[in-house]
Amino acid sequence: MASTRPSQLFRNKTAKIAAIPMIVTALFVFVGGTVWTVVYSFTKSGLLPRLKWVGLDQYERLWATRKWLIAIENLAIYGICMLVLVFVIGFILAALIDQKIRFENTIRTIILYPFALSFVITGLVWQWMLNPEFGVQNIVREWGWESFTFNPLYNADIAIYGVLIAGLWQASGLVMVLMLAGLRGIDQDVWKAARVDGIPTWKTYIRIVIPMMRPVFITALVIVVTGIVKIYDLIVAQTGGGPGISTEVPAKYVYDMMFKASNLGQGFAASTMMLLTVLLVVIPWAILEFGDSKKHG
Amino acid sequence: MNNSIEIKNLDLEFGSVKVLKNLNLEIGKGEFLVLLGSSGCGKSTLLNCIAGLLDVSAGQIHINDKNVTWAEPSERGIGMVFQSYALYPQMTVEGNLSFGLKNAKLPKADIAKRVKRASEVLQIEPLLKRKPAALSGGQRQRVAIGRALVRDVDVFLFDEPLSNLDAKLRADLRVEIKRLHQKLKNTMVYVTHDQIEAMTLADRIAIMREGQIMQLGSPDDIYGRPVNKYVADFIGSPSMNFLDGVIQNGAFTVGDLTIPLTGYEFVSGSAVDGPTTMGIRPEHVLTGELVDNAPVQIDVDVELIEPTGSDKLIDCQLAGHDFRVRMDGQAQVFAGEKLRLGVDPSRASLFDVATELRL
Amino acid sequence: MVEASATALDGPQGPKPRKVFSRRNIFLYGTLFVIAIYYALPLYVMIVTSLKGMPEIRLGNIFAPPVEVTFEPWVKAWSQACTGLTCNGLSTGFWNSVQITIPSVILSIIIASVNGYALANWKFKGSDVFFTILIFGAFIPYQVMLYPIVILLREIGLYGSLSGLVLVHTIFGMPILTLLFRNYFTSLPEELFKAARVDGAKFWGIYFRIMVPMSLPIFTVAVILQVTGIWNDFLFGVVYSGPESYPMTVSLNNIVNSSQGVKEYNVNMAATILTGLVPLTIYFVSGRMFVRGIAAGAVKG
Repeated sequence: MASTRPSQLFRNKTAKIAAIPMIVTALFVFVGGTVWTVVYSFTKSGLLPRLKWVGLDQYERLWATRKWLIAIENLAIYGICMLVLVFVIGFILAALIDQKIRFENTIRTIILYPFALSFVITGLVWQWMLNPEFGVQNIVREWGWESFTFNPLYNADIAIYGVLIAGLWQASGLVMVLMLAGLRGIDQDVWKAARVDGIPTWKTYIRIVIPMMRPVFITALVIVVTGIVKIYDLIVAQTGGGPGISTEVPAKYVYDMMFKASNLGQGFAASTMMLLTVLLVVIPWAILEFGDSKKHG
Repeated sequence: MNNSIEIKNLDLEFGSVKVLKNLNLEIGKGEFLVLLGSSGCGKSTLLNCIAGLLDVSAGQIHINDKNVTWAEPSERGIGMVFQSYALYPQMTVEGNLSFGLKNAKLPKADIAKRVKRASEVLQIEPLLKRKPAALSGGQRQRVAIGRALVRDVDVFLFDEPLSNLDAKLRADLRVEIKRLHQKLKNTMVYVTHDQIEAMTLADRIAIMREGQIMQLGSPDDIYGRPVNKYVADFIGSPSMNFLDGVIQNGAFTVGDLTIPLTGYEFVSGSAVDGPTTMGIRPEHVLTGELVDNAPVQIDVDVELIEPTGSDKLIDCQLAGHDFRVRMDGQAQVFAGEKLRLGVDPSRASLFDVATELRL
Repeated sequence: MVEASATALDGPQGPKPRKVFSRRNIFLYGTLFVIAIYYALPLYVMIVTSLKGMPEIRLGNIFAPPVEVTFEPWVKAWSQACTGLTCNGLSTGFWNSVQITIPSVILSIIIASVNGYALANWKFKGSDVFFTILIFGAFIPYQVMLYPIVILLREIGLYGSLSGLVLVHTIFGMPILTLLFRNYFTSLPEELFKAARVDGAKFWGIYFRIMVPMSLPIFTVAVILQVTGIWNDFLFGVVYSGPESYPMTVSLNNIVNSSQGVKEYNVNMAATILTGLVPLTIYFVSGRMFVRGIAAGAVKG
């Protein structure tokens, strides 16, 4: 019954046919789309894409635009604060919940629910919470602290921190869950050994547990960073980029250029810059991860 | 031809790694062949190649005189039993047994008949309506064997089928597999790393290492006349003692000890001078009254005693080498005392130091 | 049998005494309580605000429970709230979101589960390369691919339509879902797959008869992941749909942030809750599954 040997192309035929959607998506949309955008970022596209080369003009203009510079500055402030705080808060929350507490499920449910919500909702709720007339500021003043001022959404200098509060509210639950999974994944004998050796709990966390959770930290880092770079809906809903242009971010700049200002070239250049930022984080991570998985066979 | 399976010049490569190297093997009809080796030796890989679950890089596989090198697993006329049982969890035992037959589009009545017969043979009729999760380990493995049985094929492939069971159950099922083989008389290829399983079940054992067959022979052969030092060391528990010395003038010398080689059957017919390793199994060292009849007698200091109940293992030094002796569990020996040992060169093995091949 | 000793015991014996109100417990539960309040507060504020009338809101405290409960804002948010010119409330957006979410979820899960299965069990030359590209796709900022997809959708005539959005969600759901399914199928014992092949089952036979019945948990996780993800999407909705096909999130933003007229905070908050109702329901019902979805999506490929 030795059938004739199928040629290399048709071996595993069904599997290949079944994988066509993936192959098409990977090649045409992801690779094709990305290359297309990068290529067109060197053209003078306006309302419509045009293959008229202008070299690095779009990039020079981009870096001379105040709105873009503010967007980058905001992204940096938001990104760094977000990274530091979300990890500190997320880890502390996870460590607290990991103390074999009662009502663990209830507390975890409460901390994580913001993550189930749309950024639009998060933005709108915090817009309301931080409303100076009715929100937190008003409440504190009613308590008797008349001079209390906390008005981030109407003060251009600190508006981005108002967004940060909302972002943290939504994302810290995610990091908490990841960290908790990491903590639970650690061999419980480590804790027993530390207890026998008389090492204080906080020291066990810092010296032993956190180093053991390196893979979880790296995964969370990649997720958080890519999330930060993509931040768009939150800004649109909470501040609309304002007051003025004080809370602009790159993703919004791209959208505004492409779909409002009919300046496609600027949009392409700005989005290419975003891509570069992400690659700076993802490529080293991918080398670490995929380099490893190759060894495992 | 009388061969059930023939493997000719088989190569298998994963990328640049050669897993099987120019492997040749003929398995007779009705033979029980065990592939034995430590993990990573390629024994399971070879079995998967026979089953058609891995594509070979070069060479041929024939089953029942048909070239099946490119055939699908289901077309090869084989049944396979896996280590983890691999029962389909969402199907009942009956569903598990009949899944392959349904895929082969057999008539319903035929399927029912075969399932009935297999479940009778394996005594799993009361379990037919149960799901695998409701079975014990031994029952699961029986169902897994049943799944191969219903296929009504000449060749059974076993991939470490007993490794997931506890020691007692393993011994029981071992006997059952042997009975099954006597009853069905079909060809069985059985992969294991457990030498007791191999010795008890096999007509012939193939010892594998690094993708090659080191020795192919009956259990007696492999135990009594290992072809090289690796096989000698691998087979037998506790493992063989090795003494590094030289052969001069028909006698083996290690340290201040000289053992005349009268009675030893050399592969080449006669003794060759040169550096040599002598291997002596702990159970072949004579002690007590038997020492008086031994051609060579030595006194040693007993260093350590490991009682196992049925036996006592004595650790001592012999001519500068660690040396173990197996004695009866009732023997009166004590650490620190002297013990007289006897060595019979006709039961020893001699290996060339450079090639490690049997002399 | 070893004889039990009958001598009396001195010193500490039996269970060590524990204080329920130890300093550690007070600190621990106190902290957790404050944290829980902080996270729960916005939801609470949304609900109470949506149940108040505008005069009561103007009086002051957003934390105060409503004196006079009214459902008027909810009705208004659902059917009358204005975005620019039209005043249809959120209902249109809701039905659009339903029509977008259901086919997107089904389509993306079918495609991704088959992809994941092929990648886990039927590797072919180059399959890992495509998969790596796909995973990279999950990290590429969507902004980079926004415009090429506009062109693509225009070419096939789906730009601005619900079907176009379904296609976009299917494409962008593929990386994470494929990863999810591939990892799950890889974790199933390989011997099951081998046994099924020896039993003569082929690609689809193994998929439908062996793999799918064993994978109900992961399908549930995928549904949860996709329903919340697609329902909550804003960017694709804004870019690829027109006023007729705006999903609920876009309608919500338009209603709340439209600059005309007096701000009706109670209506805004009612609209916000309405939009969040679907993902919140899924979240509170699914519980552990939701968490598992996050963790599964996050583990390495």
